[in-house]
Formats: sequence, structure tokens, C-alpha cells
Amino acid sequence: MSVFTPQGKKRRNNILPYLLALPTLLFVAVFTAWPVLLSIYKSFFLQRMNIAKFRVPTFIGIDNYTNIFTDPNFLKVISNTLYYVLGTVPISILLGFLFALLVNRKLAGRGIFRLAFFHPMIMPMVSAATLWLFFFTPGYGLLNSALRMFGYQGAENWTGNPNLALLSVIIVAVWKNSGYYMIFYLAGLQNLPGDVFEAAQLDGGNWWQILWRITFPLLKRTTVFISTVAFIDAFRTVDHIFVLTTGGPSQASTVLLFQLWQERFENQNVGLASAITVIFIVILLIFTISNFLISEKEEK
Amino acid sequence: MNGQFRDQNIFLRIGSWLVTGGTAFLAILWTIPIVWALVASFRPTTEPMKLGDVWFGSSLTLGNYIRAWSLAPFGQYYVNTIIIVLTILAVQLVTIILGGFAFAHYQFSGKKWLFFFILLQMMIPTTALLAPNFSTIRQLGLFDTRLAIALPYFGSAFGVFLMRQAFLDVPRDLVDAGTMDGCSWWQLIFHIYLPPSFPSLIAFGLSSVIWHWNEFLWPLVITNSDLSRPLTAGLVRFTQLGEIGAQWSLLSAATLIVIAPLLIMFLIFQRHFVQSFLHSGIK
Repeated sequence: MSVFTPQGKKRRNNILPYLLALPTLLFVAVFTAWPVLLSIYKSFFLQRMNIAKFRVPTFIGIDNYTNIFTDPNFLKVISNTLYYVLGTVPISILLGFLFALLVNRKLAGRGIFRLAFFHPMIMPMVSAATLWLFFFTPGYGLLNSALRMFGYQGAENWTGNPNLALLSVIIVAVWKNSGYYMIFYLAGLQNLPGDVFEAAQLDGGNWWQILWRITFPLLKRTTVFISTVAFIDAFRTVDHIFVLTTGGPSQASTVLLFQLWQERFENQNVGLASAITVIFIVILLIFTISNFLISEKEEK
Repeated sequence: MNGQFRDQNIFLRIGSWLVTGGTAFLAILWTIPIVWALVASFRPTTEPMKLGDVWFGSSLTLGNYIRAWSLAPFGQYYVNTIIIVLTILAVQLVTIILGGFAFAHYQFSGKKWLFFFILLQMMIPTTALLAPNFSTIRQLGLFDTRLAIALPYFGSAFGVFLMRQAFLDVPRDLVDAGTMDGCSWWQLIFHIYLPPSFPSLIAFGLSSVIWHWNEFLWPLVITNSDLSRPLTAGLVRFTQLGEIGAQWSLLSAATLIVIAPLLIMFLIFQRHFVQSFLHSGIK
């Protein structure tokens, strides 16, 4: 950037750029920066809106945090969140890669195949969940019917079973997101230099070697980008949980953001919800910053 | 030698068929939910589903759509969603063009820090801040309004970032020529910067519309009546109505009422949609 060109100098010491950026700065200040500070502040207070004597906030130091980290329920929520993130992110990225490879070939009806994989992305997560609700239903639910053809005898009620509830939620997220990541890989594949592949083929590399040694490494940047998008999405999307399981049974499918919603809007526990918000922000920041550092390193 | 070649060719062709077959299998698997919902939504209400009988009924009927529409004010939800989405888009277009222009065109002290400050919004998604933002909206006296749903999104770090990138790609000579000709700042935006940046603007607009059309959690906590509730929150409320129970045809109809416009728009503008998603992904 030409900071020290005469032109750049001429454009200095002017109030206009500040005014132009002001609307954005203002909204970011009020709805991103301020709420972060507010959450940190409130997380040191006991305040519960549904109990009269706790309505007025009282300072309790770090009690909210110690309560959270000694509560086995919350540790369960953290482990659920980890399972959820690790269950959705790598699988949907891999599927996205696979779909991209499949529909990047010369293929009759390619557009229709792409549409098939991509369409879940266009609908709201809540409607994706209402579609899937029927699949998970006991008895005549489609998933059970399909599995029974393969001799499945197990649990029938997916969303009501503590061992399967989280898996149901993961399945819907994978179904919805894979096609989205496919699009990014498709773009990446189409930007790859063709001559590298010809050379590799002439050298007698088989498709697996080409895929693993050439295609995948060349798409590293794409993969890093998709991982960022996928991780953040996994942390912030809980819409389907509201439809499928409402976090149950007995918190088996409660993840961090859902727990935050529950503490704040069902239990009306402002202090605790603020502490969870802070923890949530810290996790997100650690993730984005380390991700940023990794991709910076890649650049060099 | 020749025979070996032909063998290899046959292998390649069989392999290619197998892969195509696999692709078709996966594609069918992926579309089962929407196809099933479409079929089920036309099933007569009087024929509840049972084991092995969950697709077509004895006839096709629009009854489920009519009933779903009468059980919940989907028309109102539509109006709300459209107003919210368009309000957000209109304001965002103004803020991101001005912001992007400020950060692309000018040098000013603190620029780097202010830009980093804005990028905070990309690191901490607004959804994560629903509890404190809820208090802010209450204090502003906006609870249960459409404005409350839209307000937190009026500034967009992602949009500013995207527009700044696009504006930086505008050739320097063009900008200098404009400045020489005595263009004012808004003339520079309209005549020099915006025309070549249109694809980015459209890309941003499309992803903004899809994103906010689909949003659920924030509208859920900040609305309390059908006058402001958008489609997503309305649909979830619908699924929790006592009358619904296990009436899958009815639920499918309601779901399709909600997603049909976006899907149809997607079919028409598929190219633009895909490009917009790609575009919004390019760093």
C-alpha cells in the first residue's frame, strides 16, 4: 500500500474517512464490542430475573465461573460441544471434497447432481430439521425403515435416545453443510493448473497418488478457509437442536450455545449466562486467532 | 501392446460407470428428505402414515397446504421476513460501501486499528452475543419489533472487508484521473469505484439475504408476537402447536411453504447463487 506517496499524504488529516466509516464503527461498537464488555462485567454478578430477591445484581467475584467448571452438567455440555464439532466439521469437509471430485468430472446432468448436493444449503436450518424429524421418528420413520432392511434391530427413537440424540443432530448438520463446502472445493479444483496433472499422469502416477500428493496439497488454502467457516458454523448453529431434541434427553444433545440460551432465557440466570458468553467468546477468539496465525504461516 | 491398451480402456470405462453410479446414489440419498416432504405434503390428511406406507396416499390433495396456512399466519411471517431481510440489506449496502471506500481510498491515522476493530465482528459472531444484545434491545425499547431483529446487522464487517478488497482492485490510474477531473468523494464512489465492484456487491447482497432469511435464534429470543415473528421462528412455533402431533403431511406442507420461494429462486438464479457463495468465500 502506498502510504507515503504524495497522494497518500494529501489524503491525510481529513475528517471525512472517519465519518464514512462511522456507521459501521458505531454498529460494531454497540452490537459487538459493548456486549463483550457487558458480558465480562455481568459475569461477576449474581442476577436471576425470575427470583425476586436476586433481581438486583450482587457482586460475587468469580463464583459464576467456579460454579460452571465444577458443575458436571456443564462439563457434559463441553464434551457434547466437542463431539458435535468433531463429528460435523471433518466429515462435512471430507464429503464436500468428495462431492466436488465427483461432480467436477465430465458427467451427464452435472448441474442436477450439483443441485442435489447443494440444495440443503439454501434452506433454513430449522426447516432442514423439520424435514429430518420424520426420518428419526420411531416406528415408521424413514431412517429406521431403511436400517431395518439391513437387519437393524436397535433403538428406534433417535432423537429421544440419549445415545443417539447428539448423532441425529450431527447427521442433519452434515447433510446440510457438505454441499456448501463442495462449492468452495469446486472453485478450487477449477483453478488448479491442468499441466501439473498431465505431467503426473505421464509420470505414471495412479489416481490415488495424484489425488493425495497433488490435488489435496494444492487445495490446502481452500481447506484452511473451509475449516474456519465450518468450525465457526458448528459453534454458532444450534437451530436444529430446537426442533429435533431441545437439548435432551437429559442434556444429551445440549451444546454450548444452546446451554447459553437455556440459562439466559429459560432459567433467566443473567450472571451465569454472561459467564458462559465470556467462555464462548474466549473459545471463538482462541480458535480464530490460531487459525489466522496458521494461515499466515502458510503464506510465507 | 494393443490389447493391453484396450484392456485398460475397458477398465477405465467400467471405473467411470461405477463412479457415475456412486455419484447418482449419493445424489439420490441427499435428495430423499426434500423429495419425501414434497410427496408427503400432497397426501390426504385422512390417511395417517404407517410402517411401509409413508409416501403417496390414495390421491393427491392440497388440503395440507390449506390447513397449514390456516393454522399459523404464514402470510404475516412472510411479510415480516421480507421486510427484515430488505431492511438489513438496504442499510448494509450503504454502510459497507461507505466503510469499504473509507478504508480503500483514504489514509488516516488509526486506520489499521479501526479496521481491526471492525473485523472483531467476524471473529465473534453476533449470535454468540444474544444475551447482552437482548438487554441492549430491551433498553432501547425495541423488544418484539422487526427493527430489533435487523438492527444488530446494520454494520457488516464482512461486507466492509469485501468492498474494500473490491475497491482496492480498481486501477489506481482510474481513481487518479477521477480526482484530477475534480470528482467529489461520492462521485468517485459512483463513477469510479462502484461499477467494476458490482459482482462483489451482488455476491454480498445474495449471501446477506440468504443468511438473514434463514436466521432463527436471534429472532426467536427478540420476538414475542406474530406481528414481528419471521418465517423460521414461525415454523418452529408451528411444529410445537398441540394440533400438529404426528401429522407429517401437514408438517411437510408447512416446511415447504417456508422453503419454496428460496428454492425456486435458487433454481432460477442457480449460477448467480453459486458464484455469490464462491465470491463470498474468496479471501
